[in-house]
Amino acid sequence: MSDNGLVTLTDKQKKARRSRNIAIGLALAALVIIFYLATIAKFGPAILDRSL
Amino acid sequence: MALVHNRFEDQSIRMSEATAGDFFALLKPRVMSLVVFTAFVGMVAAPETINPFLAVVAILAIAIGAGASGALNMWYDADIDAVMARTVNRPVPSGRVRPGEALTFGLVLSVLSVMTLGVLINWLSAALLAFTIFFYAVVYTMWLKRWTPQNIVIGGAAGALPPMIGWAAVSGSVSFESFVLFLITFLWTPPHFWALALFKSQDYERAGIPMMPNVAGEASTRRQIFAYSLLLAPVGVAPWLLGYTTIGYGVVSLALGAGFVWYAWKVLRMPDSDRVMKPAKALFGYSLLYLFVIFAAYLADSVIERVFALGGA
Repeated sequence: MSDNGLVTLTDKQKKARRSRNIAIGLALAALVIIFYLATIAKFGPAILDRSL
Repeated sequence: MALVHNRFEDQSIRMSEATAGDFFALLKPRVMSLVVFTAFVGMVAAPETINPFLAVVAILAIAIGAGASGALNMWYDADIDAVMARTVNRPVPSGRVRPGEALTFGLVLSVLSVMTLGVLINWLSAALLAFTIFFYAVVYTMWLKRWTPQNIVIGGAAGALPPMIGWAAVSGSVSFESFVLFLITFLWTPPHFWALALFKSQDYERAGIPMMPNVAGEASTRRQIFAYSLLLAPVGVAPWLLGYTTIGYGVVSLALGAGFVWYAWKVLRMPDSDRVMKPAKALFGYSLLYLFVIFAAYLADSVIERVFALGGA
């Protein structure tokens, strides 16, 4: 811990956190794409053709 | 002495050094690849068809669900993994991932995979996946594994279910044909793991896991391996005998089954004084080949049958 009472990450911890963040970001992006495409695949293109 | 430990005192220790790769290792990727393969065979063998993209989603959900149960297993078994040479470098016993992180990771992925399969595919396959995760993480890992030498016999059901889940994902139901696929992996599990347990018995002894060689002795284990191989060989051929496949699969499965019995026979004849246990190691290696090739043959048979059906239509 540093003098100002805040946590100071080591280089290894920073690298590990970056690796986890990238993985979580990619997983979330993949989920969005999967659910978008799966909805169209499941219900067909007609799901986009609705009256407002 | 303070009654309540200030958990914010050791901030530097609490910072995780776990990488994404460590979390991926929690999913037991090698087991996951077997699950993906057998589930895919179940999907292709099912009599219905499914949108290819939804098929990929289903496979992904089943793989993540299987991986989640692996993470829960590694969370619970960290104490015994730490004393076994084969598992000491896993993320939790090696200290790279904290037990709480593994538990949370496993639980989140379990819910995510089951809900995804339920919402996007169907709820029968989702229920089967949920049952598989529960059976592996709770029934096998928390209960059977440390209690009875029949642990991997009963627990093998979890590893055998993926073809049925794949089948259910495509057809919305389960059938006797998918049950036969389940039965092949179910009967394959005891001789596969007991062959490993024979030459790793000291590891299991140290960890206090009641594997068959440690409880019933090596001679009894060798007899039981042979007995299971005699059960597995005909069940492997059953899909052809029951008319689900062509003779091509029948010939391949018959040869594979004969090979399995032959290797198991060599294990049965292994002298008590044999500490190198080459026959047990050979059976372990062959059993991996057996499962892969028999499911690959089933897959090839199903694909060829579909191609001919399309040609005839």
